[in-house]
Amino acid sequence: MGQIPLVDYLVLGDEPRLVANECTSCGARYFDRRNACARCGRQEFETVDVSRTGTLRSFTIVHFAAKGVDVPFVAGVVDCAGTIVSGNVVNVPPDPRHVSLGMDVRLTTVPVGTDTAGVMAVGFGFEPVAERE
Amino acid sequence: MADDVWILGIHMTDFGKHKDKDALDLGVEAATGALRDAGVGVEDIGVLAAGNLLGPDSFGQLLQKQIGQTGIPAYNVANACATGATALRVAIMAVKAGEADMGLAVGAEKLAGMGLLTGNERAAGNGTWVPSGRYGAVAPLDGLVGTETMPGVFAQIGMEYAYRHGEVAFEVFARISEKNHAHSTLNPKAAYQKRFSLEEIMNDVMIAYPNTRPMCSANCDGAAAAVVVGESKLRTLTLEQRRRAVKISASVLTSDPYRDGCQVLPDINTLTRQAAVTAYEQAGVDPDDLDLVELHDCFATAELVHYDNLQLCEPGGAVDFFNSGATWRDGRTPVNVSGGLQSKGHPVSATGIANIWEIATHLRGEAGDRQIPDAKVGLAHVIGLGSACGVHVLEKAAVA
Ligand SMILES: [Zn+2]
Repeated sequence: MGQIPLVDYLVLGDEPRLVANECTSCGARYFDRRNACARCGRQEFETVDVSRTGTLRSFTIVHFAAKGVDVPFVAGVVDCAGTIVSGNVVNVPPDPRHVSLGMDVRLTTVPVGTDTAGVMAVGFGFEPVAERE
Repeated sequence: MADDVWILGIHMTDFGKHKDKDALDLGVEAATGALRDAGVGVEDIGVLAAGNLLGPDSFGQLLQKQIGQTGIPAYNVANACATGATALRVAIMAVKAGEADMGLAVGAEKLAGMGLLTGNERAAGNGTWVPSGRYGAVAPLDGLVGTETMPGVFAQIGMEYAYRHGEVAFEVFARISEKNHAHSTLNPKAAYQKRFSLEEIMNDVMIAYPNTRPMCSANCDGAAAAVVVGESKLRTLTLEQRRRAVKISASVLTSDPYRDGCQVLPDINTLTRQAAVTAYEQAGVDPDDLDLVELHDCFATAELVHYDNLQLCEPGGAVDFFNSGATWRDGRTPVNVSGGLQSKGHPVSATGIANIWEIATHLRGEAGDRQIPDAKVGLAHVIGLGSACGVHVLEKAAVA
């Protein structure tokens, strides 16, 4: 019964974390497989850890989505100590009274499902650091 | 010095549901309408640029096979929601370069009943997890890692503005939509011409907070086309043609320059701001000079940020600017008096020429009940997510 990360920039383990491809020349960070840097054009990258905590820079509460997507859910953009990350805001009611711009969040993992071989895919999300009333 | 380029003729079909017409029918209606409006024939046209995202390839040639196969170069263009503006820009460039006296730009789309434009459907979970694509994803990411739906993406763009510049109440976004729906009641070509109360808008079905259904662009069918002409050629045409010609004082297309986080949440601000700065400079026009603006209100959240991007207000001041009433049709800078994409409709490839049609019609004094009195200068803006931004400044002017 193994686990597999939903995306290859999610590293599972005792301290799950996100990693980025950082341009060794200009420091721009990316989550996808890179050919070159969109800021400076150089082609050398190194893998770096992304901060596990951040600030919610933007969000929406999605009520209508493609078939197979569970709604409603909170989609967010998180500033993790300077690295901008897309992810769902989880462990909070999908309601504007419970989600606010600028709130502190931290990375957490979210089970996605188990395949026919019994392997569980694990995704990630961001949860509020302090539960709000 | 390259010739100035003018709009000689322009046409927009009714937007809405055209059950018995395909995209080609609509494109033909727009193209022949623009030629008629210009007082020229297809044999006068030296270059064609055409866009239709959802139909078959080679839309330009398909169009020629209906309206005239004259052997001129046909450029088929695709630039998301900026496709129409890109077609227009191609025709303008060809005329400016001296390769043609006159060009025709056409955009057409069949979108009625298309529903929500979203990310990929999630496949039923069977088989085993196999990482694929540039993120090594074992499943489609829409809904698992944020959202790929357009209402959701543009909602986040509006909320990010609030993060940077201070709270924007749900009600403010809804009031923008209230304005555009109110404006649409004067536009007989709009897909929807119904006024909504603020309460109706806020209490309608939530699509992606803070965008409810009436705050989202309306999928519909439609087409628009324009004939452009170089100034030296225009001088040889009739008084009537010269009188109705509209000057293209600026024509600008940009793509999104790199900014931190722009590959996570699209940055539709920087490229719009850069296009606007270039356009104002090209035209020698200040934002204060604008008598009306058609901007890309694909969602109410988008309209707010573009007040700022187009420098219609002080940096960070979009909410105060809107709350002042400036963007209503009787305000200082009327925005989307056509009803905008939320009520006029958004047949993607047509949009970037349809907004030019709206401005040109006011500058010609032919906008009927919704005429902005004495309009002399207007700006049309579109965004294609990905991203492309088109900005055109048009002026009512006499040919020298
Ligand atoms: Zn770089």
